[in-house]
Amino acid sequence: MESFVWYIPILPLTGAIINGLFGRVLKDKAGWIASLSVLGAFGLSIQAFLLVREGITFDGNLFDWIVAGNFHTSFGVLVDELSVIMMLIVTGVGFLIHVYSNGYMHGDPGIARYFAYLNLFIFSMLLLVMGNNLLLLYLGWEGVGLCSYLLIGFWYQKPSAAKAGLKAFITNRVGDFGFAIGIFIIFKAIGTIYYSQIFQQTEELLAAGVLTAATLLLFVGATGKSAQFPLHVWLPDAMEGPTPVSALIHAATMVTAGVYMVARFSPLYSLSEVAMAVVVIIGTFTALFAATMALVNNDIKRVLAYSTISQLGYMFIGVGVGAYAAGIFHLMTHAFFKALLFLGAGSVMHALAEETNIQKMGGLYSRIKITAVTFIVAWLAISGIPPFSGFFSKDEILAKAYAYHPLIWVLGTLGALLTAFYMSRLVFLTFFGKSRVEPEREHHIHESPPVMTVPLIILAVLAAVGGFVGVPEVLGGHNHFGKFLEPVFAQAEANLHLAHVSHTVEYGLMAASVLMGLLGIGLAYLMYIKASISPVTLADRFRKVYRLLSNKYYVDEIYQKLVIDPIVSFSRWLWHAVDEGIVDGIVNLSGRLMLLFGLILRRVQTGYVQNYAALFVLGTLILLAYYLLS
Amino acid sequence: MPIAIGTTDLISILPIAIVSLFGVYLLLQSVFAPRMNRILIPYLGILGVGLAVVGNFFLIGMEGTAFEGMVRVDRLTVVLNFLFLITAALSLLITISYHEGEHVEFLEFTPLVLFSTAGMMVMGSAESLMTIFLGLETMSIALYVMAGFRRTNRHSLEAALKYFLLGAFATGFLLYGMALTYGMVGSTNLTQIAQYFTQNALDVPLVALMGLALIIIGFGFKVALVPFHMWTPDVYQGSPLPVTAYMAVGAKAAGFAAILRVISLSAFSIAFQWSEILWVLAVLTMTVGNVVALVQDNIKRMLAYSSIAHAGYILVGVVASNDQTVPSVVFYLIVYLFMNLGAFAVATMVAGQNERRVNIQYYRGLGYTQPLLALAMAVFMFSLAGFPPTAGFIGKFYIFSAALQSGYVWLVILGVINSLISVYYYLNVVVAMYMQQPVDEKKIAPVLPGVGVVILVAVLGIVYLGIFPGTMLSVLR
Repeated sequence: MESFVWYIPILPLTGAIINGLFGRVLKDKAGWIASLSVLGAFGLSIQAFLLVREGITFDGNLFDWIVAGNFHTSFGVLVDELSVIMMLIVTGVGFLIHVYSNGYMHGDPGIARYFAYLNLFIFSMLLLVMGNNLLLLYLGWEGVGLCSYLLIGFWYQKPSAAKAGLKAFITNRVGDFGFAIGIFIIFKAIGTIYYSQIFQQTEELLAAGVLTAATLLLFVGATGKSAQFPLHVWLPDAMEGPTPVSALIHAATMVTAGVYMVARFSPLYSLSEVAMAVVVIIGTFTALFAATMALVNNDIKRVLAYSTISQLGYMFIGVGVGAYAAGIFHLMTHAFFKALLFLGAGSVMHALAEETNIQKMGGLYSRIKITAVTFIVAWLAISGIPPFSGFFSKDEILAKAYAYHPLIWVLGTLGALLTAFYMSRLVFLTFFGKSRVEPEREHHIHESPPVMTVPLIILAVLAAVGGFVGVPEVLGGHNHFGKFLEPVFAQAEANLHLAHVSHTVEYGLMAASVLMGLLGIGLAYLMYIKASISPVTLADRFRKVYRLLSNKYYVDEIYQKLVIDPIVSFSRWLWHAVDEGIVDGIVNLSGRLMLLFGLILRRVQTGYVQNYAALFVLGTLILLAYYLLS
Repeated sequence: MPIAIGTTDLISILPIAIVSLFGVYLLLQSVFAPRMNRILIPYLGILGVGLAVVGNFFLIGMEGTAFEGMVRVDRLTVVLNFLFLITAALSLLITISYHEGEHVEFLEFTPLVLFSTAGMMVMGSAESLMTIFLGLETMSIALYVMAGFRRTNRHSLEAALKYFLLGAFATGFLLYGMALTYGMVGSTNLTQIAQYFTQNALDVPLVALMGLALIIIGFGFKVALVPFHMWTPDVYQGSPLPVTAYMAVGAKAAGFAAILRVISLSAFSIAFQWSEILWVLAVLTMTVGNVVALVQDNIKRMLAYSSIAHAGYILVGVVASNDQTVPSVVFYLIVYLFMNLGAFAVATMVAGQNERRVNIQYYRGLGYTQPLLALAMAVFMFSLAGFPPTAGFIGKFYIFSAALQSGYVWLVILGVINSLISVYYYLNVVVAMYMQQPVDEKKIAPVLPGVGVVILVAVLGIVYLGIFPGTMLSVLR
């Protein structure tokens, strides 16, 4: 595996460099170079997967990277069951989205720049999941953050896009700060950055009493990157970026980095009940919290963004309760159906000349059939309707959550109801009912070209059948997915003593959650198709709640008042009083002093050789005097 | 006693021999060959250097002495040989482009570069004080001539004369120091000197210390340590630009090679006797170099003071006198090679005919008129100032961490403050290039292939060593 595994990240990097340097010449060809480089990485990832399936994993170093004193870092990768799954998702879904982008971004003047960033993102994401040490993880972590920032603000001429990019970056800085400190603590405690060594020395972390602190701080990073409460605020605004970016970065891959990280560090998390509880509580809260905000939003992409936040919450419930394989399973199925939903939304926007308000859509089903059918597949998957993929992954998480604590199951199932409802609302308002499309957009409606619809179809197939790799035993399956990942999580599971639920209970739980899904769909049907319940009267009756939800619980406003305003005024004071007054004064003074010294010392440089020789002799005499007198 | 010369002896000086023979051959060629063939001379010089590089590969893995303990071949020798040869090749490339703008016959120039390169390599592979002296003089005499190569230019002649007078003066001190050392040790062999110092480490005779001090002064002159640096700005300014570049990189590296061989390695056991002196010299050198560089507006003089300051940084690594000294100093010399030759290559392009445009004002607006050239210059300036992720940062990092390892906290603090000061004048060039309007409409000639190659190699070297320093360091360790 050593012979080819390096090419997996190098290929997209090459694509990024080519497109970055020669983009102006390549123009539209940039997209195909970018797509091919990711396809190549995907092919190699499959090869790696086949090897891993035979039990051949790889943990090794490419070259010495930084050598300073006792600190020694190599550029090393780890290809095991977990990372190979992530590699397949990143390159596979990534490739489809690259292809789709060729159609979606067609004619954009910045297309080469777009694909350069997109390839750079794939490279960073691969570093993140393939690294065998904390430093590469951090490098990838920051790299994807940078690409996310660049791509959210891709249309930088639009002030809202530029602002959204900035918001994402700054919010992530808060998380990354915690993440970095977490890494420092681990390094300080056991002096290594390699996963394999860290996991062998978990006792030392425990003995040093820093394990809980380190895992919690790492999780702070995860809340930033994976948009969990209270750092979720950037993700809805990130929808200002091009839609394929939302699909790739803000749904399928980057935002799942936090989940990957917790799963990767499962040997540490499993040793701290506090850390696990925090992960579960934040995940559960976010799953519900975000779902409620999705109920009332009218922007097709923002609804999907809240849905992503909420689904990430489910994944954290999974990895938090110790059901690591289930969390990663949901990560994968979610990558399929959520990427599909976003790409479908992009296709809808494409048809309607960039309209995003679902109140101004409707009746699109017959007019853009491929988009509509694939979107419906994804809708059924995310609503947890069997046998679509989301059903299996979400149910596995909820079953394990029940074993952890029944309350988590109750809240999670309530979230499933909300999910089914807001997704149905989205589908009904967009594709069914009467058309509310503005007349000037009406004539423009058309199905997207094959370069966009083919990725939709492929993803729809995956979203439909992707769940079959993990059919639980209770339904007569073998849970291949969970079995495949077992070696990675063996150490963590040895630390935990997971309770098992009986098959009868599991049937019950499953039936309840399917019922909830159907109930959500049914409610939405009554409100938006049959119109037997008027959403307007409902909103009027619960005006306070509605206002709270549509204002996103005022979180942005609270942050503005409590955090941003004080920081800004404090910074103003620092700027005027401290910086301009004290620091600049000292700097300018010392600068002038140095220049003055320079002018004086220059005088010594007379140009006369005699003077030079004289100084030479003087220096010599002082030097010799040092020895004579000491 | 007859001296037997074996194959090992010959192989150990293979690169030196190749370069010297090519020098002699090209000297004859420049006199007797028909006019047409004369333009080929610099190219033939590069060919000779290339062959010497090939020859140097035969030395890899050799460990030992040759010529009855006059020459030493070890890893340091090999690395230094590569360093000197690359410097020579790049300087010759700059010269080729320089010729085309100047109306000076540069015929003997190439042989002189080859001779002085041979001298540098002799210094790098010295096992005896006599060998060092021989190499030093071979290098220096060629450099004196090269400094005055623009015969019609007053400054160039002045530079040559000053360099020669002060060089001869300093050689006197060096030789006296060597004589005193020989008087006490009874040998010029570096290994035996090392043994002598180890045996007498607790009570070193004053005369031996005096000898060492005078040797430090002699080498200090070559690498431009304050207060033995006074020649540097005048000579750097007056010499033709390719010579300045070659001198600034090659001669300095050779001087430090000698310092490593004599002070750091042979006198290792009595480091406590000289590290205090070098501590003071390092601080003086860094500070004077940087502070005076602040007020220069001639790019050549600015780079001259900058090179003084860099000698100070490198000396910090010598002061550290631990097992990190040799790797960190050699690494810095390699980095210094790339960033300085690169900067001088750009300066050569900007200077144009007769070096009329050496003032910093001519860099204004370069970022818009010559974007690639300006970008390269910006890389060199950032590297010289020590910004990550350039190699200049890593170089300083290793030097300073070596000093910290030996507990020289204050020296490192002063070094960092000095790099801070240096940011001002390096970024001054960047500010001029990107934030000011061009001073005149005159276009700079398009970058010539020779200089272009040098700039490209330098940029790649800086970026590579800045991001992947590990490979090079593992070679040096």
